Amino acid sequence: MQRKESLASRIFKHRYLYLLSSITLIYFAVFRYAPMWGLLMAFQKYSPFKGFWKSAWVGFDNFASFFKDPFFFVMLRNTMVISFLKLALFFPLPIVLSLMLNETRHKKFRSVNQTIVYFPYFISWVVTASLTFFLLSSGIGIVNKIFYSLGMPAISFLVDPKYFWIIVVGQTVWKETGYGTILFLSAITTIDLAQYEAAEIDGASRMQRILHITLPGILPTIVILLILRLGQVFDVGFEQILLMYNSSVRDVAEIFDTYAYWQGISQGQYSLGVTVGLFKGVVGLVFLLASNMLAKRLGSEGIF
Amino acid sequence: MFAPKAKYVRQRMTLGDYLNYTGIIIFSIICLLPFLYVLSVSFTSPKEYMPMKLILWPEHFSLESYSFIINRNSFMRSMANSVFVTLVGTVCNLAVTFTGAYGISKKTMPGHKFIVPLVTFTLVFNAGIVPNFLLVRSMGMMNSFWALILPGLTNAWSLLIVRSFIEGISSELEEAAKMDGCTELGVFFKIILPLSKAAIATFTVLFMVNHWNAYFNAMIYMTSTDNWTLPLMIKSMIVDSSALGGAVSSTDEKTVPLETIKMAAIVLSIAPIVITYPFLQKYFEKGVTLGAVKG
Repeated sequence: MQRKESLASRIFKHRYLYLLSSITLIYFAVFRYAPMWGLLMAFQKYSPFKGFWKSAWVGFDNFASFFKDPFFFVMLRNTMVISFLKLALFFPLPIVLSLMLNETRHKKFRSVNQTIVYFPYFISWVVTASLTFFLLSSGIGIVNKIFYSLGMPAISFLVDPKYFWIIVVGQTVWKETGYGTILFLSAITTIDLAQYEAAEIDGASRMQRILHITLPGILPTIVILLILRLGQVFDVGFEQILLMYNSSVRDVAEIFDTYAYWQGISQGQYSLGVTVGLFKGVVGLVFLLASNMLAKRLGSEGIF
Repeated sequence: MFAPKAKYVRQRMTLGDYLNYTGIIIFSIICLLPFLYVLSVSFTSPKEYMPMKLILWPEHFSLESYSFIINRNSFMRSMANSVFVTLVGTVCNLAVTFTGAYGISKKTMPGHKFIVPLVTFTLVFNAGIVPNFLLVRSMGMMNSFWALILPGLTNAWSLLIVRSFIEGISSELEEAAKMDGCTELGVFFKIILPLSKAAIATFTVLFMVNHWNAYFNAMIYMTSTDNWTLPLMIKSMIVDSSALGGAVSSTDEKTVPLETIKMAAIVLSIAPIVITYPFLQKYFEKGVTLGAVKG
């Protein structure tokens, strides 16, 4: 028997496999890697009239002017604040809710409530934004209708920068808390039941069992998810923000993605759009790699 | 109140239990209330509807808002567009993802060592909004439904998860089939696909929900209103017209107040999700835990 087949014969042997995966490979070449050439526009003063090859090369000028723009820090702040608020307010909630669901004694009660709280996750951001308008807009919002019936003046929640961050976090909490419990609930099922029995014999109270058995039991899951979440600090929910965006809240709503979109696509400033996108992509990559490495060091498989 | 006395209810309900149940019920109500409100307003007779009155149950039940919206061509067309993109898009997603995942599951295939890292890299980095947009535009796909299907044919995350699912299928079965003269094509269709039903169901659900809810790509590529998908229609009906007040006059909508119609539009747009929800929930949960194998 031949120890090592020739490359050609191995390729021939797998001809059907290539056939099967050909569309996927072509897809990745065309839609995932070909656009990366476009990243070079970040180093050009791209003009659609001159085209890619004739546009002037400007080195890092686009980046320099982007960093010097005072608005850069506004976007950086918005990204960090929204990310931090989501982490601080939203991250603990699915943990609390899964502990609560785990403590229920009636299976039916539990599954009915799970079914309900998962539901908003399946609703699009467009509908979520619409529901937010029904709740908060000054014309048709429920809250302002209540204010009206109490004789109080209306508040324009959606155009007041004061409320923007909290509205965005509120939407995330409403939409994703229930869904977020899935992983924690499945982590809880892996905890050894003998521990609970032993604790019961020792006379541990319900709260003590939660704090000393359940919570430590899911702690590894919590830590890993937290680290992976930190890896995504630059992804604060592009569609969500875009939908809640209006010119009055620009100073608190603008993030790198929305800016890249306005400048690059709406305004046709391709080079600036690509520069912003590339900056965000590279920083995001660094965060992701760091968090993934940390997660792996703590014994998780990481995400890649 | 919640369930008949059963053997797993060992202890009596304590104060802690009641507090816990109350907390859960409150959160469930928060999740449901917006839908209940929208549903109630949508079924309220537009003529009787009083904008400043809060209702949580339809008063003067009527289907007028629905008949109005169903007779509006632009709305129904956007719904048809969304159905088309969702069905065709999901079938394409499944075909490309499962064939591709089978391909990258075979370590003996020459090129495997390059392909997998290249796929994985797109998980963490992509060219970004502008280059992707320019590519799609240069391919002449503006206003084509393919612009909503082709750029997202598959993704690294799905490929890697389906791959690890396929790797879990016994290789002995494959070997046996090959002994019987099956080619890799035959193995894929006769062994891998029939044994991947659970993964296929999970990814059908994932892809369908994504297509049905997709907003951004439709917004940048569908510049002609004839090609709008449902999320674009909903957005223009509700978000664009109510940010500052909500009173947008349109000759179309003189006869009926806008609000009940907006609510009816929302109900119609989430109806497919509600109808398929038992199926969605079951397989989505599986999808999350599948993903967690590598999370």
